[in-house]
Amino acid sequence: MTLDARSVALHLGLLAVLVVLGFLLPTYHQGNLARILVLATYAIGYNVLFGYTGLLSLGHAMFFAAGMYGAGLAMHLGGWPVLPALLLGLISAAALSAVVAMLALRTIGVAFMIVTLMFAQAVYLTALYLGEWTGGDEGFVIAQATRQIAGYALTEPLTRYFAALSIFAVALLITARMMQMPFGRVLIGVRENEERTQMLGYDVFRHKLLAVIISGTIAGAAGATYAILFGYVGATFASVQYSIFPLLWVLLGGMGTTIGPLIGVAFMFYLIDYASGVTNAYMLIAGATLVLLTLFARAGIVGEIRNRWVPWLP
Amino acid sequence: MDFGPHLILAILEGAVGASVLALTALGLSLVFGVMRVVNVAHGEFFMLGAVIAWFVATTIAGHPAVGFLAALVIAPLIAGGIAVVVDRLVLKQVTYDPEATIVGTIGVLYILQQSALMIYGPEARPVEPPFSHRIALPWIEWGENGLGFYFPWGLSTTSYKLFVIVAAITILLTFWLVMSRTRIGLIMRATQLDRETALAFGIPVQRVYSIVFGFGAALAALAAVLIVPIQQAHYLMGHDPLLLSFIVVIIGGLGSVRGTVVAALLIGMSDGIISVFLSPTLSKIIATLLVALVLVFRPQGLYGKKMA
Repeated sequence: MTLDARSVALHLGLLAVLVVLGFLLPTYHQGNLARILVLATYAIGYNVLFGYTGLLSLGHAMFFAAGMYGAGLAMHLGGWPVLPALLLGLISAAALSAVVAMLALRTIGVAFMIVTLMFAQAVYLTALYLGEWTGGDEGFVIAQATRQIAGYALTEPLTRYFAALSIFAVALLITARMMQMPFGRVLIGVRENEERTQMLGYDVFRHKLLAVIISGTIAGAAGATYAILFGYVGATFASVQYSIFPLLWVLLGGMGTTIGPLIGVAFMFYLIDYASGVTNAYMLIAGATLVLLTLFARAGIVGEIRNRWVPWLP
Repeated sequence: MDFGPHLILAILEGAVGASVLALTALGLSLVFGVMRVVNVAHGEFFMLGAVIAWFVATTIAGHPAVGFLAALVIAPLIAGGIAVVVDRLVLKQVTYDPEATIVGTIGVLYILQQSALMIYGPEARPVEPPFSHRIALPWIEWGENGLGFYFPWGLSTTSYKLFVIVAAITILLTFWLVMSRTRIGLIMRATQLDRETALAFGIPVQRVYSIVFGFGAALAALAAVLIVPIQQAHYLMGHDPLLLSFIVVIIGGLGSVRGTVVAALLIGMSDGIISVFLSPTLSKIIATLLVALVLVFRPQGLYGKKMA
């Protein structure tokens, strides 16, 4: 049980540090970290499918966007309060990922990547096409007054930070626990050797289906939270770029590690933040990082640390 | 304009689009067929072709035709050269592993696109066509004097657009001749059929891969030089050709050259025709969904084999 204890200590310790940071950081970095935590939730969702199950999706922006539009439109057009809107965002993402999974999982390898890319492109174009409601590329802003839970304004920096931390903590703990349970172990089995897992008697398709739905729903939760906390919804979040980002984050942080997604997002966020001050071609950094990672560090930051020094890292 | 002339116009526009698309998609299809590599950066080589064409055309003074002809040679050479470097530095290093090459070429996509943004800037710039005569097209209709020709207002094309179609057909025929009649074509086909046996017969597979990757990029750049006098050069222009080429290559069957050309005609023509009558966004939504479903239910496409 020492293995478990170390893992529990690591995750709870990380969350404790994040709580303390919330009080210590100046407002600017506190806002940044809130954004990083929400995006890290998105990356955690992506990691369930890519890092643990071994399925590379190039269309996760559609799940992020489903959550974002589900929650955002409910608040913006329907005047819903925050929590029901968040729930609607989750349901939209879960429903979309179930449909996409049923179709896309009939393919494997390169075809799976292209099918997910195409579905995401269709979702993005639909968001543009329904510009009358979605505002298309320009998007829309959710009124400040509606963004509050039981009187706590989510526009207030510290409240917003802890709201972001809560959603991150839930996603982190759920996935960390899941990967220690038999279900998660089977997912890793699918990644390592799909045929053998099948021969051992596991229903591989059902496990992959659930992995896509869990992954898509967590991504949707991140999208819904992003809309609620930062008050902006736009089609950019459904574009190809936002499907590439989680891939980049997870590769950078370390695929198949629980804390890798957060490390990857934080690293990339500050790198791009710095680069965009220097040049408007800041995506160059993202491209160069992707190439360098493929060439030299396929395991990512946390993965390399695990391979070299700390083999027990979850 | 009546429906008839309108349709003729749509078909002409569609044919121009289809010609350029066939060339672009052929490059992607060749690379996938021979190397089993999905080149996500393919659209950026298209963009490079257009941007280089602009640089060449503005540097060379004199008649626009001189600059255009120079661009027709220089742009594919430079784009192809960059592709060879990418092959050597990135694809070869990851031993052409399917997933790693996709992630790697996504990185290359952003590197090329953002470098173009830094060097060329965010503006869209036109390139002057080497020649452009307005050609009015006749239409047959029952008039007061029985059956007769007349020239409806707006039913016209330019000599340059016709040139694009002819040029594309010429290039496609040359490509077919090279693949089926020359030694380098034979070597490429041998590598495509069976990499190991080709290697055993002394074919330098690694060099063939570099040539094929460069050749594929050069085709995309060539297509872009042809279209840039009609469209404008912009650093983000690679996105649509990439998606359309994906669609074409998938519908045509991965790695099948014949399928690629047929599908390019089909998609290019229907894209041109549909977007005259329907909202372009709606027609794109329908097209992408259809393609996704084709991949799900008929992954071998029209002509191709099943992909692993």
